[in-house]
Amino acid sequence: MEPLLERSVASWCPGASGVTGAVRLSGGASQETWSFDIVHPDGTIGAILRRAPQGYGAAPERAAGLGTEAVLMQRAHVAGVPSPRVLHVLQPEEGLGTGFIMQRVEGETIPRKILRDAQFAEARPKLARQIGGILADIHGLSWSDLSELRPMTPAKEIAELERDYRGFGWPRPVFELALRWLRDRDPGPSAQMTLVHGDFRHGNLVIGTDGVRAVLDWELAHAGDPMEDLGWICVNSWRFGEIDQPVGGFGSREELFDGYEKEGGRVDSDRVKYWEVMGTLRWGVMCCGMMQRFRLSPEHSVERAMIGRRASETEIDLLRLLAPRGN
Amino acid sequence: MQDEPTPEELIKAVADFLRNDIAPALAGHNAFKLRVAINALDLVTRQLKLARGSDAAEADRLSRLLGAGGSLGELNRVLAGRIAKGELDLQTPGLADHLWQTTMDKLAVDQPNYAAYRRELQGDKKPHN
Repeated sequence: MEPLLERSVASWCPGASGVTGAVRLSGGASQETWSFDIVHPDGTIGAILRRAPQGYGAAPERAAGLGTEAVLMQRAHVAGVPSPRVLHVLQPEEGLGTGFIMQRVEGETIPRKILRDAQFAEARPKLARQIGGILADIHGLSWSDLSELRPMTPAKEIAELERDYRGFGWPRPVFELALRWLRDRDPGPSAQMTLVHGDFRHGNLVIGTDGVRAVLDWELAHAGDPMEDLGWICVNSWRFGEIDQPVGGFGSREELFDGYEKEGGRVDSDRVKYWEVMGTLRWGVMCCGMMQRFRLSPEHSVERAMIGRRASETEIDLLRLLAPRGN
Repeated sequence: MQDEPTPEELIKAVADFLRNDIAPALAGHNAFKLRVAINALDLVTRQLKLARGSDAAEADRLSRLLGAGGSLGELNRVLAGRIAKGELDLQTPGLADHLWQTTMDKLAVDQPNYAAYRRELQGDKKPHN
């Protein structure tokens, strides 16, 4: 890997004398993330490679594609959204597949540390408001020239979740109830169509002692209702035990909304609630998908199997949203 | 009849061995994967202990709710289908209670430390007015 990276880096980073410490961070079925250091006389540059290796064809249906992801991250960076600077977009002759190289941002992404470690104690009470402002800025980015961004509506999202769920062939009465609830209350396409990050939650936010340092993983970006991002960050699965703090386990909806509106956004709290229900079901369906991949893939990952068993967490969350017992 | 020890006892013994003797010797990603594996064994232990009783009660509730018989899987398919068609909903007497009880029984096996489950469990114990 390092020789390939070295050849690439030499072509766009003047003065670079080599590449060290390349390690693979995580793997998806079609996407890889690598961390490495660029050796440079002015000081080492921490870098991240996101790529689809050669030979992998179409990205998953939902994905915007790595090229679009690079453009969005660069736009976000220029607009002042905490976002890593894109250093280079891979070219075919480099033999690294498709993707891009970006600046590595130091900080924490592990939710339990962000929610409990003393070093984040000062940042925590500010995060919900800050995140509201960041989301308003993201929703203000231009997107209409990016043809790979799928326009999404509640009806399309429901249809996709239902198709995935039915494909598992395993009855889940609580999911059925949620699908009915969502269909009966479909608010229709949003009057304001904006860029939607699509996966704005713990894990994709780099947090430092000073607050949010970077928004990562724009893979699921699309065009749609901006309230979707606000609902998704409120899904109970991202509170990691701090269930009385709806925004990522660290803040209130009021703080989130306040931060969003101070930065020029307009909040529709009913739509946010609607997308929270949708998001809860979506994570549930994704857990079931992990179970299916566990069964079908030769890796036989215990981790995936156990995520499959977390679908029931979303069932209790859905019942708390749709049929609360008043305790 | 199969002999003792029971599957429950065997799995618990293996989980305890991994937890107490092997886990401290591992680091990094393998330590993480071992923790997940131990969690899986603990889940199986809970399921072996709890599922027979909760499955029987669930089948019983479903038969009454649907006015039909069948295996637990068949009954759940019928219930899912009738909710999808809108024939049953949260106004249907007994449906919400059934879904709550069934979900609580699943969490007791899958994730008894899930905060929302623990909160609801406290609610169950409080006297209802």
